[in-house]
Amino acid sequence: MPQRRVLVVVPAFNEQECLPGVLAELAAALPQADVLVVDDASTDRTRQAALGAGVRVLSLPINLGVGGAMRAGYRYALRFGYDVVLQVDGDGQHDPRDAPALLAALDDGADVVIGARFAGTGEYDVRGPRRWAMRLLASSLSRRTGTRLTDTTSGFRACSRRAVALFARHYPAEYLGDTVEALVLASRSGLRVAQVPVTMRPRAGGRPSQSPLRAGAYLGRAALALVLARVRRYESVEDAA
Amino acid sequence: MSARAFALVAGLVVLAVMLALLSRRQLKEKYAVLWLLVSAAVAVLALAPGLLDAVAGAVGVQVPLNLLLVLGLLVLLVVCVHLSWETSRLEDETRALAEEVALLRLQLEQGPPPDPGPGR
Repeated sequence: MPQRRVLVVVPAFNEQECLPGVLAELAAALPQADVLVVDDASTDRTRQAALGAGVRVLSLPINLGVGGAMRAGYRYALRFGYDVVLQVDGDGQHDPRDAPALLAALDDGADVVIGARFAGTGEYDVRGPRRWAMRLLASSLSRRTGTRLTDTTSGFRACSRRAVALFARHYPAEYLGDTVEALVLASRSGLRVAQVPVTMRPRAGGRPSQSPLRAGAYLGRAALALVLARVRRYESVEDAA
Repeated sequence: MSARAFALVAGLVVLAVMLALLSRRQLKEKYAVLWLLVSAAVAVLALAPGLLDAVAGAVGVQVPLNLLLVLGLLVLLVVCVHLSWETSRLEDETRALAEEVALLRLQLEQGPPPDPGPGR
């Protein structure tokens, strides 16, 4: 593997329970990578848990959401000259053992690699409007990026240096913006998007709400995010690197 | 009190409040301008009620009062949109500041990242 500096960014909001396990798995799977936990103004002992595990912690003074936490992580990576950023959720949903596969896809020329469920491995089942929303996002973003994407809202991603430079400046903070809009932004900026099948584990604590009303709202927001991503203008990002 | 006097007093009160807020530096000029214009318009219409009838006739509105209501709604709409826009901008700025504060705090308490790596 070439000499490149990998930064694993773990956005965490009130993850004191799951975080130590995730960090231990990360250290085992990617011993040479630096890990940065972005504590999104947690109200529990997330910061202490991460510091206790011996990793660096970026503590946001106010809650910015996943998008805000990730942009802070990208800015850190850009500032300290990392080549690659790997995003892993702090809730244990992502299996760090899949991380090398994501990084390998970067070596094949991709700029943004998505670790996708529904792509063969693991079991994960969604139904109703939520499924329609995911289908809508998947088909529309596949067309947009010119590659088959099945799980566009996955927060398990790897980014090349070019993508890091782009996202450090423009990482959408809105709901769904960090996943959906970021992909449109990447493809509009000429970056290559790819996906790698991964196993998703059930989150360790708390369940995502599945009421039909919520799922319907999710569908609407997904459609809105798609439209917004299309019409929004961005300044040139070439000078960011 | 006649309706004219009431409108005149209302316009003058708004004008006075705006000037007071401005002089105490409680209000940015850009927000005050609009309200100053509105209160001035109210005062002018109170002093010259024929003006509203004339304008309504000129633009083809049969009931002058309707013109006034429509204009009032439009002004409020513009103000709301403007405030949403300002809020969005402020949120972006707050976000950037929060990120910067976090980065500075990290560097202060935990130092630069380990091992800058060879050849860099």
